Amino acid sequence: MSENVSDEFIGALLILIGSIISVISAIGIIRFPDVYSRSHAGTKSATLAVLLTLTGCFLYFWFTESFISVRLLLGIVFVFLTAPVSGHLIIRAAYRAKVKMAEVTVEDELKEVLHEEDYTNSP
Amino acid sequence: MAFQIVINLIIAFMWMFLSETYTAPSFIGGYILGMLLLLLLKRFIPGDFYIKRVISILKLILLFIKELISSNIDIVKLVYTPKLEFEPGIFVMPTDLKSDWEITLLANLISLTPGTLTIAVSNDQTELYIHAMDIDTVDESIHDIKNTFEKAIMEVTR
Repeated sequence: MSENVSDEFIGALLILIGSIISVISAIGIIRFPDVYSRSHAGTKSATLAVLLTLTGCFLYFWFTESFISVRLLLGIVFVFLTAPVSGHLIIRAAYRAKVKMAEVTVEDELKEVLHEEDYTNSP
Repeated sequence: MAFQIVINLIIAFMWMFLSETYTAPSFIGGYILGMLLLLLLKRFIPGDFYIKRVISILKLILLFIKELISSNIDIVKLVYTPKLEFEPGIFVMPTDLKSDWEITLLANLISLTPGTLTIAVSNDQTELYIHAMDIDTVDESIHDIKNTFEKAIMEVTR
């Protein structure tokens, strides 16, 4: 019976860490100055938070009810694959819409290129 | 690579038929036997031994997870510093990767590493534009990280 409790503990710990990270991600989204740095907090921390939470659920059900949920595994894989892509798309759309950046240092490197080419037929 | 996997599967099924036990353990036994045979006949089969590539894929996944965790530690540090004193910026990184598949993988890896986010890929697919959280401190070290990523991806794809 004591084994069972420690098994539950692993899952609970993972879920706890995941939720803490998601809170940190939310605080980051509030605190950071512009879209781009907010997107940093949004993509990375939110991805890891969801992954840890789902892994915790998976381990919990595996240990306590010996039920291997393939759906949770697939969910982990899909989140892992799609989260960085969505972050990239949002930040790219923001840049194309000429959203202002905060205190920027070496920002010009993409700007020049964008001014040279025409905006419509870029990849 | 796919060719070698098919051959290995066929050997495993032949092993099952020969021993007339159609169970998972006998399949696994046949599969291991097939791996040994492929290793033995390596010089007659085009391409590298495919297990090498499987191992490099596993290495890439482990690298991915490691970088994800360290990038989150970075974010935590940034969020909890009382004064926000970082200098964001966009820099160019030239890449040697050719195919769409490799570049997509590299862009995803960069997006999940500490302090960087891919913004755009240039039209001729030789350069990536990356938004960095802290441009002067991270710039050089990021290039090192990129080199390890590019190397790992190249090990997988060629």
